[in-house]
Amino acid sequence: MRRVVPFVMVLVVGTILLYTVVNYLPPFGSFPQRKLGAFENQSVGQRILENAPRETGSANVVTSVVWDYRAYDTMGEATVLFTAVCGVLMLFLATRRQE
Amino acid sequence: MMAGMTTIVRTISRLLFPFMFLFGVYVLVHGHLTPGGGFQGGVIIAASVVMLWLAYGLEQSPIGFKLFRTEVLEAIGGLTLATVGLVGLVMGVGKFFGHVLPLGNLGSLFSGGDLPILNIGTSIKVAAGLILIFYAMLRKIAGEEL
Repeated sequence: MRRVVPFVMVLVVGTILLYTVVNYLPPFGSFPQRKLGAFENQSVGQRILENAPRETGSANVVTSVVWDYRAYDTMGEATVLFTAVCGVLMLFLATRRQE
Repeated sequence: MMAGMTTIVRTISRLLFPFMFLFGVYVLVHGHLTPGGGFQGGVIIAASVVMLWLAYGLEQSPIGFKLFRTEVLEAIGGLTLATVGLVGLVMGVGKFFGHVLPLGNLGSLFSGGDLPILNIGTSIKVAAGLILIFYAMLRKIAGEEL
């Protein structure tokens, strides 16, 4: 019984996930059109893909999204790394203060 | 006292170190042209240093390391990001992280406005931060008091 219940749960959840992937996900290479504000007929991703090289001058669209369209978000990400480094240094190098 | 590894590992990692470092610099400098960027290049640079530490041990490592300087370097990397953002806010088009430098020709090394500067700042920050994390953990594993 202890082995059967997790197996059945894995089977049920896996079947649901597989059914969803096969039936409801958009096909490979296309993404859902988002009806959002001025982008009535085109999604935000499509607009960025078409305009990023001209607007940012960067051939790498990922970099232009990360450091131009979503630069504030990425700076928060760098702040998270800074906080992580501070925490690790506090934990592991704290013996310096006691001497 | 960390023991380090055998002569084979030491020699190979010593020979491999400049190429790994150079590859990291390549990935970060070409971050606006090819896949990669500041985070990835910084991680590769940090990995090259950590590889030497693991092979040689912290004491006999052929690279010099100063804790305070590395901390200052990480702060400099973070300050670079904030400074570029504020300069774009003041001098640019009035947006945070707005472009100040000219965009240049698409696909050339000196293009992309402020993106290369931001990539370099990120890479300094990430490399120094990861090196600090690994240094602290290796010191703790080696059981040494500072």
